[in-house]
Amino acid sequence: MSTATGDVPATSWTTATVVEVERVPLRYVRLRLDVAGRTPHRPGQHYVVRLRAPDDYTAQRSYSVASDPADPLVELLVEQLPDGEVSGHLHDVVEPGDVLEVRGPIGGDWFAWDGDATAIAVGGGTGIVPIVSMLRLAVRLGVTERLRVVAVGRSLDELPYATELLDAGAFVALTRENLGSRVAAPPYPEELRDLVDLPTPVERAYVCGSVGFASWATRTLGEVGVLSRSIRVEQFGVTG
Amino acid sequence: MTRGFTGRRRDGAVRSDRLPPGQYDVGRDWPTLTAEATPHLAREHWSLTVDGLVGTPTTWTWSELHALPHSSYDGDIHCVTTWSRFDTTFRGVSVDVLLDAAGPLPDAAYVMAHSTTGYTTNLPLADVTGGRAWVVWEADGRPLSDEHGGPVRLLVPHLYFWKSAKWVSRLELMAHDRPGFWEANGYHDRGDPWLEQRYQGDP
Repeated sequence: MSTATGDVPATSWTTATVVEVERVPLRYVRLRLDVAGRTPHRPGQHYVVRLRAPDDYTAQRSYSVASDPADPLVELLVEQLPDGEVSGHLHDVVEPGDVLEVRGPIGGDWFAWDGDATAIAVGGGTGIVPIVSMLRLAVRLGVTERLRVVAVGRSLDELPYATELLDAGAFVALTRENLGSRVAAPPYPEELRDLVDLPTPVERAYVCGSVGFASWATRTLGEVGVLSRSIRVEQFGVTG
Repeated sequence: MTRGFTGRRRDGAVRSDRLPPGQYDVGRDWPTLTAEATPHLAREHWSLTVDGLVGTPTTWTWSELHALPHSSYDGDIHCVTTWSRFDTTFRGVSVDVLLDAAGPLPDAAYVMAHSTTGYTTNLPLADVTGGRAWVVWEADGRPLSDEHGGPVRLLVPHLYFWKSAKWVSRLELMAHDRPGFWEANGYHDRGDPWLEQRYQGDP
């Protein structure tokens, strides 16, 4: 792990108008926001969304950005968690035209990819969201060979952006259903080894997912020769 | 105000006086959040050094640390990702004991906590003295697991929990503040949950 050198500008709370709401099976909602006074994000960074009740009680959660920085809107993909105070509202209540309090981008240098370093990015479930932002940037810049994406989900239905990932050439591993000729299983070390090594070895690895997923992914990347100091992790826990 | 939002977790008296603004009670779960691969550190290879602006730079091995007077913290912890966990018991050694041995020089005003992973976090020296900070090896009666920063982590429970550096290996005393890992990535230099000092630019 290296110390970040970023000169990160301070962010402040602002408002975002909800432009699009797409409820995505099985339990996701894709929100596209027009953020007032927006500072462009770097792929991998996140936004904080704060909900405010009539008595000024607030609840806030962080969500990774899925959109390309060049996209005029900020796209968030939110998983509805059981009894999720914030995610439940975003999934069930929010409509186009609503105004939300937001703050971002948050996250600095560490879990950000700007298209320069050759990297492998391994995401599990909604952990794929920040990697989608990286991939969209790579596609726009025409540098997809620098970003080798591994997307892990239980099934195609449960993997956000599955179609877009497959179309962009990501390696998709499903753990509960077969995909083409690939029998359901987490990625095997041999499957990751080629992505890490060929045609040139990666300089960096990004891992995003649950605590268990991140633990598995960092261990497996270590087994195929990625140094732990070049692995950057974004974990999410039980926040709802 | 957010259209249609009333909020859920506000029942009970506990809410009002123990939860800092914007936090919720996570119950008995203890989420982990780290930015790097979790290391496994053998106790016999771990050590803690206090250096920088001190009269006697000092290093303790695992057994030397345990030979110091123990003390406990029993209370609440608050993560910037908005969970708070009540009534967690930690056992270890007060940072005061370490500083008494190392002897801070008069111009020492800040401390940088360093972890074996390269993680760093900066704190005012005043926030780790006066019985408010510990280095701990036990939580809720059990050895601190790798995921929670074992064998030894820093504990500064009155600040957001990213200040409580996991896998702590060095406390460096400094005359001037400089940002640690998350602080350089946009998080607050002090991180008081009661003032909601989450990000750079907060009060």
